Amino acid sequence: MSMLRVENMTHFFGGLRAVHNYDLKIEPGEVHGLIGPNGAGKTTIFNLITGIYNPTEGEVFLEDNKLNGLAPHEIAAMGIGRTFQNMLLWRHMTVLEHVKMARYSKIGYGLIGAFFGTPRRNREEAESEEKALKLLKMFGVAQFADQWVPNLPYGAQRRVEMARALAMEPKVLFLDEPTAGMNPEELVQMMEIIRQIKEKFDLAIFLIEHRMKVVMELCERIQTLVFGEVIAEGTPDEIQNNPKVIDAYLGKEIVE
Amino acid sequence: MESTSEKLSSPSMLSRINIRAWVSKVPLLGWLIGALIAVGLEMAIGTPLARALGLSKAPTLFGFLIMLKKPLLIPGAALYLLLIYLLPIGLIARFAAAALNRLAAILADFSTVFSILIHLALLYLALHLWSGLSDYRVLVVKLTLIAVIVTLSLNVINGYMGEFSCSHPGFMALGAYAASVFTVSLFVNDKLFGVAVLPAAIGPFFFPIALFLGGVAAAIGAMVVAIPSFRTRGDYLAIISLAFMFIVKSLIENLEVVGGPRGLGSQPDWANLPTVFVTTVICIWVINNFVRSTLGKALNAVRDNEMAADAMTVNTRRTKFLAFLFAAFWAGVAGGLFAHVLRYVNPSTFGIQKLAEVLAMVYFGGLNSVYGAIVGATSISLLGEALRPLEIFKWIIIPLLLILVMIFRPTGLIAFKEFDARQLIQPKK
Repeated sequence: MSMLRVENMTHFFGGLRAVHNYDLKIEPGEVHGLIGPNGAGKTTIFNLITGIYNPTEGEVFLEDNKLNGLAPHEIAAMGIGRTFQNMLLWRHMTVLEHVKMARYSKIGYGLIGAFFGTPRRNREEAESEEKALKLLKMFGVAQFADQWVPNLPYGAQRRVEMARALAMEPKVLFLDEPTAGMNPEELVQMMEIIRQIKEKFDLAIFLIEHRMKVVMELCERIQTLVFGEVIAEGTPDEIQNNPKVIDAYLGKEIVE
Repeated sequence: MESTSEKLSSPSMLSRINIRAWVSKVPLLGWLIGALIAVGLEMAIGTPLARALGLSKAPTLFGFLIMLKKPLLIPGAALYLLLIYLLPIGLIARFAAAALNRLAAILADFSTVFSILIHLALLYLALHLWSGLSDYRVLVVKLTLIAVIVTLSLNVINGYMGEFSCSHPGFMALGAYAASVFTVSLFVNDKLFGVAVLPAAIGPFFFPIALFLGGVAAAIGAMVVAIPSFRTRGDYLAIISLAFMFIVKSLIENLEVVGGPRGLGSQPDWANLPTVFVTTVICIWVINNFVRSTLGKALNAVRDNEMAADAMTVNTRRTKFLAFLFAAFWAGVAGGLFAHVLRYVNPSTFGIQKLAEVLAMVYFGGLNSVYGAIVGATSISLLGEALRPLEIFKWIIIPLLLILVMIFRPTGLIAFKEFDARQLIQPKK
């Protein structure tokens, strides 16, 4: 049984066909890459699976639970964590609060606990704080725990976002261009982090990435998306040598 | 090296640093006991001292009213302020700080809850004795405490959740009328609702129920604003909430059952100072508990980025719904208290002027902060009373002050600060 399964998904924005007959199978523990030129529809696919858009056609399953029609927060609570291409962090919240917030669906104390500060609430909050600090330590940002996120360096912000996504204890982690805007040094660090996540956590990763180096090194299977259609799927080697992919990225060679 | 650098700094610099240093060493207990002693002093020698200084009676509101009405009496009033309030508090803070720090440490070590209760009792005692000297003071204290509840509850929506809601006077009106109808119809012989059903003697025990019902009525009304908030944000929601305020106002004006535009009077006199004080403390406690829990922090997440909140499993609809209902509940409770303090309400009280007042308190004090709400509500309502002799100029000075705060501190005086009672009662080192 695959972890995440998408069958025959198509989506229209008005008259524009953004995604066409998209199929996906991610196995547990797999790192699956999604590459393609700008505007190919990669982020749209993320948004379709995570419930921000409702696909016009097609079905999405997480471990055989159908996700279509659920609200984004319900889909997230079922086990899809994500980061965003342009980093969506909360301006006036501390790093620690970010990570604790991702455990929202696991809160059991309810309104009574929130209003009256019951022992159960104190216990759960302390537990969640402990887990959050552990994650922050793992990502090397524990020293920023009480800082507001905009005060952090860019690379640290990216790591906070990733720690936040992992605090949800997801089954599949969606990473939307985790290395965007990074210098070569930060890039190497980020790749190391993703590798560690793969080792230490029991989850599958679905990765959108522009940089070939990252995808080729990290992913086990790669799909290439062009104008909303998958033109090639396979292992990194197969993709690298696929003439269609080369065409899409570099343009066609003109034969004399 | 150190000695030379000490010599280099000018004496005025040094004394300023000293004042700062010893003020920061005074525990909250010190200020409270200082205030209590000042109040005791006023009770003992206030009137004779005022006479001796050329004032007709002890100033009711720190002498501001006298100073503004009769500028010739400024020296006398200022001296009174200095001798009765500033000097005793200052002396206690200066010389008893070490002993009180030790006492605060003992209390805090013994039990946090007990220590907090002691602090609250001291605060209440100071307020009670201070306001005991004139009816006007009692009214000012009660209205200020009610303003704290309203400001704090509006801060939940406007500060913590970041929506600009204008419906708070409407919520207050719903609470005021619901609580009043409950108490007047059951316990008072009144021409609108006829004879009392229950004996007035047991009435005070039902007052919390009346306040609760007022809160519930406001919360039910808040659904009208909460449901549109799922689909729209910002300016549009502000207009919807403003519309709600006017709807409530004209609804009550046209409801002859509750007196229509003439208003509803003869509420029983149950909103005494202890009741108002305890309600305010409970309100601060519950709201502070809520906004510091992860469920409450979800409001901040929704404010700062709703899409990210959704992706992090936060149920944004539930969060918004809850915030509106919760805030409206407390506004309703405040409305119920307000009606029973004035013992008369009419719909025109809950109009645009009230809205401006409450918004000023929220934005003056500071967004997203319990301290801010307390400071904003207290300073604006005391300022409003103190500047009363200036009549129309009051409405120039207060807005001007607000503009200055907005220029120098755009989010208010004490914004984005967590209120922690445990930290507040700690001894200072």
